Amino acid sequence: MAAVIERESRDSRSTFAKIVNDERNRSIFYQILVFGIIGWVCWYLFTNTTANLEARGMASGFDFLGSTAGFSIAWSIIPYSPTDTYGYVYLVGIVNTLMVSLLAIVLTTILGFIIGVLRLSHNWLISTIAAWYVEIIRNTPLLLQILFWYLAVFSVLPRPKQSIDLGAMGIFQLNNRGLYFPEPQPGDLFWITMVAMLVAVVAVYFLAIWAKRRQLATGERFPVFWSSLGVLFGLPILVYLVTGSPLEWSIPELKGFNFQGGTKLPPSFLALFIALVIYHASYIAENVRAGILSVSHGQTEASSSLGLKPGWTLRLIIIPQAMRAIMPPLISTWMTVVKNSSLAIAIGYPDLVAVYMQTSLNQSGHAIEIVAMVMLFYSSVSLTISAAMNYYNERVQLKER
Amino acid sequence: MRKYSLLGLGAGVLAVLSMAATPVLAEGTLDIVQKRGHLRCQVGPPSPGFYQLSADGTWSGSDVSVCRAVASAIFGDPNKVEFQSVTSAVRFTALANGESDMLSRTATWTAFRDTQLGLDFTAVNFYDGQGFMVRKDSGVNSAFELKGATVCVATGTTTELNLADFSRANNLDLQPVVFEDNNVRNDTYLKGGCDALTNDKSGLASNKAGFPNPGDHLVLPETISKEPLAPAVRQNDSQWMSLVRWTVFALIGAEEMGINSKNVDEMRKNPPSPEHARFLGVEGDLNKGLGIPKDWAYNIVKKVGNYGEIYDKYMGDGSPLGIGIPRAGSANALWTEGGLMYSPPFR
Repeated sequence: MAAVIERESRDSRSTFAKIVNDERNRSIFYQILVFGIIGWVCWYLFTNTTANLEARGMASGFDFLGSTAGFSIAWSIIPYSPTDTYGYVYLVGIVNTLMVSLLAIVLTTILGFIIGVLRLSHNWLISTIAAWYVEIIRNTPLLLQILFWYLAVFSVLPRPKQSIDLGAMGIFQLNNRGLYFPEPQPGDLFWITMVAMLVAVVAVYFLAIWAKRRQLATGERFPVFWSSLGVLFGLPILVYLVTGSPLEWSIPELKGFNFQGGTKLPPSFLALFIALVIYHASYIAENVRAGILSVSHGQTEASSSLGLKPGWTLRLIIIPQAMRAIMPPLISTWMTVVKNSSLAIAIGYPDLVAVYMQTSLNQSGHAIEIVAMVMLFYSSVSLTISAAMNYYNERVQLKER
Repeated sequence: MRKYSLLGLGAGVLAVLSMAATPVLAEGTLDIVQKRGHLRCQVGPPSPGFYQLSADGTWSGSDVSVCRAVASAIFGDPNKVEFQSVTSAVRFTALANGESDMLSRTATWTAFRDTQLGLDFTAVNFYDGQGFMVRKDSGVNSAFELKGATVCVATGTTTELNLADFSRANNLDLQPVVFEDNNVRNDTYLKGGCDALTNDKSGLASNKAGFPNPGDHLVLPETISKEPLAPAVRQNDSQWMSLVRWTVFALIGAEEMGINSKNVDEMRKNPPSPEHARFLGVEGDLNKGLGIPKDWAYNIVKKVGNYGEIYDKYMGDGSPLGIGIPRAGSANALWTEGGLMYSPPFR
C-alpha cells in the first residue's frame, strides 16, 4: 500500500517536473509573460497620458479630424482648399509624401543600377568617376544636400518674368517658382482612350506568356518586344484619333506675379526629389556592385562556353543570381527614401510631416493623436514595402533542401 | 551591435515614458521656482528686439525683460533665470508638460490657445498685427495688389491661418511657402523665391533690420490681423498666473506713475502719493497674496526698468538695432496717450 502511494506521488511529481521542464511549455509561459508586460505598459501609458491631458486642460480625442483646417497648403496633388478638414489634410500630406517618394524610388533605383554597373566597368575613367560619385554623395548628410539643391540651385533661378524657356517652345518654363508645363485637359470621350490603354497592357501581358510557352514548346522565338511596343502605343493612338482627339492642353502663361494655367512642380519638390534620387542612388550603386561581385566568375565562363552572348549572360545568368544579394539591402534603401522624404520640412515642401505634424499640430494642439497618426502612416508604408519585397525575395532565393 | 540597438530601444522607451508619464504637478509653480532657486523662462530662437543673444551668451530684449522682471520680483535678482530657446512648434507643449515655468515669446493670445492647450495668457505686453514685406523694386504698394503672389511664411504660428483667411476673404489666391527655419525662409525671400514675406509687423521690422540692405524692402501699410502678444503660464495655477500678470502690470503701472529705474530710489524715500507708496512696498501688503517679498515692484523697476524704458531700449527709434517701431499713437502707447497699455490700480 505504502509503496503504491509513494509511486503515485513520484509519478505526479515527475509529471509536474516534465511539464515545467518541457521547452515548449516554458516558451509559452515566457511569451505570455512578455505579452502581459507589454500590454500593461501600453495600458499604463494610455491611461496616464489621458489623465494628464485632462488634468492640464488639454484637448484630446480624434474629434478634430472633422473640423475645418483653415490654412492653405502651397502645393498638393489632390485638390485642397482651406475649408477642408484636418482629416483631409492628413490625406493631402500622405499623397504629397507618396508622390515624391515613389518617383524618387523609381528613378534612384534606375540611376543606382547604372552607376553600380559603371563602377565595375573596365574603362578606368568611367569606373573612377562612378567611384567618386558614390564616395562623395554617400558621405555627406542628406539634409545638407537638400538645402544645397534648394538654396544653391533652385532659389537662384531667374524670376518668373525672366523664365528659362526649356525646349524653346514656350510651353516648358523654369523659374524660381518652379517648373511649369502644359496640363492635359481630357474631353468627354477621352475615357475610351484610357480603356484602350488598359486593353493594350492586358494584351501585352498575355502575348508575353503565349510567346514564352511557344518558345519552350517549339524553340521558335517571337519578337515580343517590338510587337508589344506596337500594341502599347498603336492601339491607344488609333482609338484616340478615331474618337476625334478628345484632349486639350492648358499652356502656362505669365499673368501678374506668376504663370497661370498649365501645371507646376514647385522648387521645393524638385530640390527634394533630386536630392533623394542622387543621395540614395549612391547606396543602391554599392548594393548592385556587391551583388554582381557576389556571383562567381565561373558562371560567366560557363555561360560563354554554352555559347551565350555577353548581353544574354548578364541578363539570364548574372543578374538573376545577383538579385538575391541586391534585394534585401535594396528594400531597406526604398524604405529609407520614404522616411527621408520627411526632411522636406527644411525647404518648405508640404509633405505629411510639414502639413500635418507641423501646421495641423500647431493649429489644433492635438499633439499625441497627430504624432501617432504620422507614425502609423510611416510604419504601414515601410511594412507594406517590406512585405511585398519579402514575398519577392522568397521567390528568388535559392531553394535549399 | 546588438547591444547598441537594445540600448537605443531602452533610451527610446524611457523618453516615451517620461513624456507620457510625467505626474501632474501637485505643487504650485512658485514653490517649485523658489526651491529650485531660479526661473525657467521660455523664449524663442534669437530674433532682434524680442529675444536676442549677445556674443557672451546673455539674453536681452523686450520679451526677455519680462522674464527678468519676474525673476526680480521673486528673488530680487534679474539674473536668476534659465532661458530656454524652443522652436515655435513645441513651445506650448514644453510649457504644459512642466519643462518651462512660463513663456514670454511673442505668442499671440487667441481663444483656442487659451482654452484648449492647457495654458493661460497673463497680460498683453505688445499689441501687434500681421503685415507683409515686399522688395521695393516689385512696385507693390498695398497688400491688395498681391493677387496670385507667393508668400513666405513661418510654420507653427497664427500667421499661416491669417494668411489663408486674408487670401480667401479678398480672393487674392496667395500661395504660401511654409518654412520651419526662419533663416531658410528669409533666404528664400531675399533670393526672390517669394514675392512677399509675411509675419507680425514687429517681426517684419526685426527681420528687415537683419537683412543686408534693409532699405530695399518695404513693409506694406495693411495690417491683416490682431496679434496681442502676451506671456503665458500653465493652466490651473492662479497664484503663479497672478504673479506673472501683475509683473507685466507693474512694468506698465510704473510708467503710468512716472517711476523709472533712475528715480525709483528717490520715489521710495519720498512717495509722491499713497499709490506710489503701496506700489513700492512702503505701505500696505500687496505682496501677500503673491507670496513674494514686499519690495517686488521696486525690484522690477530698479533692476529691469518700466515698460517705456524697455520699449525704447529694444523696439523704439532709439534702439541700436534699427528696429524703430514708432510707439506714439500706436496701441502700445499708454492709455493716457491714446494707446491701450493700461494697468489696473495698485491697491
